[in-house]
Formats: sequence, C-alpha cells, structure tokens
Amino acid sequence: MEIDVRGETCPVPLVECRKALKKASPGDLVIVKGTHPASKKEIPMACEAMGLKVLGIEDKEKGKEWEIKIRR
Amino acid sequence: MGGKAVLVLHSGDMDKVYSALIIGNGALAMGMEASIYFTFWGLMRLKKGGLEKGPLSKMHMLGMGKWMVKKRMKKANVAPLEKLMNDFKELGGKIIACEMTMEIMGIKKEELRADWIDEWGAVGTYVYEARDASITLFI
Repeated sequence: MEIDVRGETCPVPLVECRKALKKASPGDLVIVKGTHPASKKEIPMACEAMGLKVLGIEDKEKGKEWEIKIRR
Repeated sequence: MGGKAVLVLHSGDMDKVYSALIIGNGALAMGMEASIYFTFWGLMRLKKGGLEKGPLSKMHMLGMGKWMVKKRMKKANVAPLEKLMNDFKELGGKIIACEMTMEIMGIKKEELRADWIDEWGAVGTYVYEARDASITLFI
C-alpha cells in the first residue's frame, strides 16, 4: 500500500499514515511519500508509539521529498 | 503505547478549534484514544454550518485578520476544519457536546451536527473520561 502526502502539511501526513495503517493487514508494507519536514521525524515516532517497525527512511529528489517504509 | 487524550474546547475561535482538532488527530495518529468535549463558545462550532465560523482569537479586526490568515493558510495548504473533523471521526475520535451550554444558550439538538456527536454530557462525562487520560487540555 502506498500513500502520497507530498505537499500536505501538519497534521495531514500523520493522519493519512494512520488511516493507511488502519486499513492495512498485519504484515503488509505501507509506503508513505511526503515533503513535510516534521512528519519525516514524527511518522517514525508514531510507529514506535504503536509498536510498528519502520523498515527505512529515504530522502528523494535531493532531500526535498522523503519516503518511509513501514511494516504493519 | 495506547493512552488517551481528552480535550476541552471552551473557545469558539477558529485558531483554537484548529488546535483542538490538530492535537486530537495527532493523538489518534499516535495510536491513542482521543475525545474533545465541546462546551460554551466551542459548542457553537458544532452548529450546522458553524465549524469554520469562529473569529480569530487575536487580530480578528472585524474579519480582516481572519480573511488574511485564511488566505495564508490556503497558501500553506492547511487542511480545512471540516476535513480535520472527518479525519478525527474516521480514526475513532469521540465528540462530546455539553448539555448545560445548550440550556444556557438555548440551543436545540436539531441545530447541532448530530452526525459528529457521540455523546451528550455534563462535567461528569468529562471527568469520567479524563480520569485515566495521560493528556488533558483546556483550550
């Protein structure tokens, strides 16, 4: 499952990520693409709080975008 | 982690309604439970068509300030309150409407967005909810 929150600002990336995680089944891979700087830090924080594993955080487009991979 | 955030929204000011819904959504996004208790001026925002109607808490300037802030919010791509409310509900957030405010202000149930409201209550409902909350704020 992939969600695109590029251009969205607080709290939309976090909220959309949570919605996707709710819809995903255990074991599913959820990929979040975004540009909002604080969310790059806070989505992994939310995953930690929910006991979910972040598989990777990657910078894209010369650091203007990021991509976070989460295992539900 | 779990946990619970229980917010009291006493103000009907647009910027404070944003604060309440953003914090509420943030809590839900972190896997917590969240509820917002709408009371006094805050309750006015649950009137049909009333969610975006609040003035700015500062520099409202007869609507000029609000107009300017709204323009800047649009430019910054800030979500409308209606979306934040729908997200809050979709993620399982609870909306509580204060019954005493309804009595004082002469508001009838039919005037409010009943589709958003999960519970009608008084102080007991807030305290009962907040008893075991790890976050509780008065906005």
